[in-house]
Amino acid sequence: MIGLAHYLTVAAILFTIGVLGIFLNRRNVILMLMAIELILLAVNINLVAFSAYLGDLTGQVLAMFVLTVAAAEAAIGLAILVIFFRRRGSIAVDDVNRMHG
Amino acid sequence: MIAILAFYLFATFTIVPAIAVIFARNPVHSVLWLILAFFNAAGLMLLLGAEFIAMLVVIVYVGAVAVLFLFVVMMLDIDFASLRSGFTKNLPFGLIPAVVLLAEIMIAGLSWKAGPGLSGRHIVQGSQPNIVALGQLLYSRYLFAFELAGLILLVAMIGAIVLTHRSRRDTRPQNVAKQNARRPEDATRMTQPGVGEGMKL
Repeated sequence: MIGLAHYLTVAAILFTIGVLGIFLNRRNVILMLMAIELILLAVNINLVAFSAYLGDLTGQVLAMFVLTVAAAEAAIGLAILVIFFRRRGSIAVDDVNRMHG
Repeated sequence: MIAILAFYLFATFTIVPAIAVIFARNPVHSVLWLILAFFNAAGLMLLLGAEFIAMLVVIVYVGAVAVLFLFVVMMLDIDFASLRSGFTKNLPFGLIPAVVLLAEIMIAGLSWKAGPGLSGRHIVQGSQPNIVALGQLLYSRYLFAFELAGLILLVAMIGAIVLTHRSRRDTRPQNVAKQNARRPEDATRMTQPGVGEGMKL
């Protein structure tokens, strides 16, 4: 029987993979954004699982808003990435500390 | 039995591609693994009875976000080999916090005591279809938040356009005001050339 704990475990593992991805790919902004998407996906699985086992749809409404914010964040993040690449010719995060003024 | 099998199938194919996303050498492969993870996460949500959110994940994440990533990865000419330089150096320092975090989440997530409302054993079946119930909730109680979500998307769209828009000097765009100000009297002139004289331009 698949219970709530199974879904929470999957979400926890997915969340940890996302955090690990941010730690490992310190220089690659694209992979960092993908890791953030993984984290938000884990949050969504958590919300939907609790919503289903509680019989309360509010969690799914919240999951929809998380989805919205994730889409907006990806669009803005990639736009910033594109102009950063256009200025500097690289997307290494180490170079960002040279952005004065 | 089928449900248990489906859960483990979807869970495996969510977690393994997620690991492949952060360890893949080629970012294009990363995006493709990400798409596989999203599809199987949508399958998990289907198993939970949240059909609308599952379809939303497929449409928004796979259809919009992942394709956006793919566009950017392929459009920018990035030297990805140099970006991986600190990878092996960071690996132990990344694994330690990750393992600690996972242990903490598991301890916190599996040790709670639920009230009578949440047994954690079976999924509560609603009387209405999922999308009907969700729509009634969205358009009544959470209407303001729903409108706000639309506003966030609008701001993100305008922001992305403003950020990436650039006025280039080397192109010759259309000058609408100049076109509209042009009158027939300025643009043409009537002449009566004699025979054999021709036109002077």
